[in-house]
Amino acid sequence: MDERFGLALVGQSAIQKIFPNHWSFLLGELALYSFVVLVGTGIYLSLFFNANTGETTYAGSYQPLQGVRMSNAYASALDISFETKAGLLTRQVHHWAALIFIGAIVVHLARVFFTGAFRRPRELNWVVGITLFLLAIVNGFAGYSLLDDQLSGTGLRIGYSVLISIPVVGTWLASLIFGGEFPGTDIIPRLFVAHVLIVPLLIMVLIAIHLAILVKHKHAHFPGAGATDNNVVGERLWPTYTFKAAGLFFLVFAVEVALGGFAQVNPIWLYGPFAPQNVSSASQPDWYMGWLEGALRLMPPWETRIAGFTIPNPFWAGVVPPGVLFGLLYAWPWIEARFTKDHAEHHVLDRPRDRPVRTALGVGVLTMASVLGFAGSDDVLAVAFNLSINGLVWTFRVLLFVGPLITGAIAYKVCLELQRRDGPLVDPVLVAQASSNGEGGGGSPGKVPPSPEPAEPVPADP
Amino acid sequence: MGERRKVALFVALAIGATGALLVVRGPAEAGQSGGQGDPSGTAGPGATATQSSTGSNRGAADGALVEGGRQLFLTSCVSCHGVDGFGGPDGPNIQTAGEAGADFMLRTGRMPMAAPSPQPPTKPPAYNDEQIRQLVAYVATLGNGPAIPEIDTSRGSVQKGSQLYLSNCAACHNSAAVGGAISYGRYAPSLQQTAAQQVGEAPRVGPGEMPTFDARAISPSELNDIATYVEYLRKPPNPGGANLGYTGPVAEGFVALLIGLGILVLVIRWITRESGAGSVKEAHGKVPVPAPHVKTARDAHPATTVGEAEANG
Repeated sequence: MDERFGLALVGQSAIQKIFPNHWSFLLGELALYSFVVLVGTGIYLSLFFNANTGETTYAGSYQPLQGVRMSNAYASALDISFETKAGLLTRQVHHWAALIFIGAIVVHLARVFFTGAFRRPRELNWVVGITLFLLAIVNGFAGYSLLDDQLSGTGLRIGYSVLISIPVVGTWLASLIFGGEFPGTDIIPRLFVAHVLIVPLLIMVLIAIHLAILVKHKHAHFPGAGATDNNVVGERLWPTYTFKAAGLFFLVFAVEVALGGFAQVNPIWLYGPFAPQNVSSASQPDWYMGWLEGALRLMPPWETRIAGFTIPNPFWAGVVPPGVLFGLLYAWPWIEARFTKDHAEHHVLDRPRDRPVRTALGVGVLTMASVLGFAGSDDVLAVAFNLSINGLVWTFRVLLFVGPLITGAIAYKVCLELQRRDGPLVDPVLVAQASSNGEGGGGSPGKVPPSPEPAEPVPADP
Repeated sequence: MGERRKVALFVALAIGATGALLVVRGPAEAGQSGGQGDPSGTAGPGATATQSSTGSNRGAADGALVEGGRQLFLTSCVSCHGVDGFGGPDGPNIQTAGEAGADFMLRTGRMPMAAPSPQPPTKPPAYNDEQIRQLVAYVATLGNGPAIPEIDTSRGSVQKGSQLYLSNCAACHNSAAVGGAISYGRYAPSLQQTAAQQVGEAPRVGPGEMPTFDARAISPSELNDIATYVEYLRKPPNPGGANLGYTGPVAEGFVALLIGLGILVLVIRWITRESGAGSVKEAHGKVPVPAPHVKTARDAHPATTVGEAEANG
């Protein structure tokens, strides 16, 4: 075998790979293993789900819906929940895994952002990662919209309204995707193909590229003993890291199965079959769409006209914010390099405190997204905390703009304070280089001049 | 504490004595005002007819009830709702509240209100069953209001009820009947603690912000189906584990991120923790010891790993 393929050499270098040992480097792995769980549970669910919008009369074991007319899609989702062996458990594990999958992507993204791991040469992998984030959101939305219950139909209706609000192309785009007016009978079979085939395939390919680039670039590492821009300090893939990774997979699986077993998620039987004239209070999207829901809820009912054409209101809240956010995310490696004029290769990560401006910006954006997310839950919060929903809307409108300034300023101050507590200002990169230049043989690094970072004011010695 | 209890006891006794007095006085006055009670009794004939299905010795009994109710009304309700329920600066006109309105408000404890608020909260009823029937009978005489609907959940259909509920009620009360917010601090209350009879009365009454659904909108049997389904929702089978308060994706998001992802972050911290880094340092001996004042993340990396450095291409 080896003579034919030369696999031994590949394998040899593969198992020699070094992985730095820091908890935050495993956040992406949480997402990866959740994806594996999603594929596994998803395959099982796809065996029983019927993505057909033709009508049927429910005859399953859930009493309040017996004899009710509904789509085959919703009926099969009920059958998965009540008749299929391990169906409800699998459905719930799938849903919890999806919620955790995107959560893990967000914290992984935050880690990469705050530590500057997107800098040269990793810009392209950052772009791949942002695309994965986008695809994960799209697939999550497609997934819970498939079931044709009242809540998913409400979400689809909002999606349709946002689509048709896009100037010029909106109505065509919406007709193209929905196969006509909302709701139509085409959208659910189409979402099914997208959800179980197209998007997962894209995600798999991009994950492969993401990891291939990671292996090629080698892992970035935090400044520390022996860590420089020219090496990677950590544990070998085999055996230490392999066992850790396998163990982590099983722990991820265990947590998601435990949630699926103990906590109800998306109880579609309570929502009933989708009927366009119905809606239930507390209709929220899953958490990763909550910020978009919040933007729609906070947007004042203004009508804008440009050159005689009305720009529909949902465009400003439903299309512009995600467009701006993802535009900025995609372009960030180049935006930052432009401001810092730092085009050098980096393999040693920044500590967030050493880049106070970037940290403050990131905290501000996260605050903004959180405010929008809470605004998307305003009716639930109003009931839970006995507040006026109108008061909440105005509070969130103000917080949306004031909140990021406050948290950003706090983050900036905290960064400077942490730097100060580090003692004399030290550039960790320089420290690391100094210590490795000392041959790792006990040379303790002396005081190093402050980080020459052009864009960011660094305070003088305390 | 003891002092406070004494006061409470005194107040309770005083209320009890007043109530007893009213009950004793009731029949006597009813007897002498029987003639007057009659025309008011006929003001809502349909209303009273549906209520008392027994109806043999209605005349005298109803007169007594109405008079008892009038006395209670004059004691406790008139200050806000005015003489004859005409309303006033502090309370709405309730002349057309009807039996159903009075029964709903009194049995859910919404009336009498403890303090002015945009929406009277539910609390344990302030009156006993007898007093409530008196007040209901009296309010029914004030105008042409809705009768108390007949609710019997043993004859209702959860299937029809679920569809009617999802079409007519869930928009405010939530598909799991846990309630929801409406504007300016008002809310559609949870129906999880509401007796089926009052669930059936509310659509006929249209309390607060709630629209009124008369028999043309929801037939008596449909009303009974809705009450049956709401009763079902009070104790639904809960497949799939803890219901998270039926608050939908908001609660699910918090659980997924704080519990699910939270545990997993603790897990990765656990599997990457430094095991005996100190002893390893000693074993190797030749490790660059960071200067004490330089607290960089360098501390996070164990000395053992230095030997496993991989060149970056």
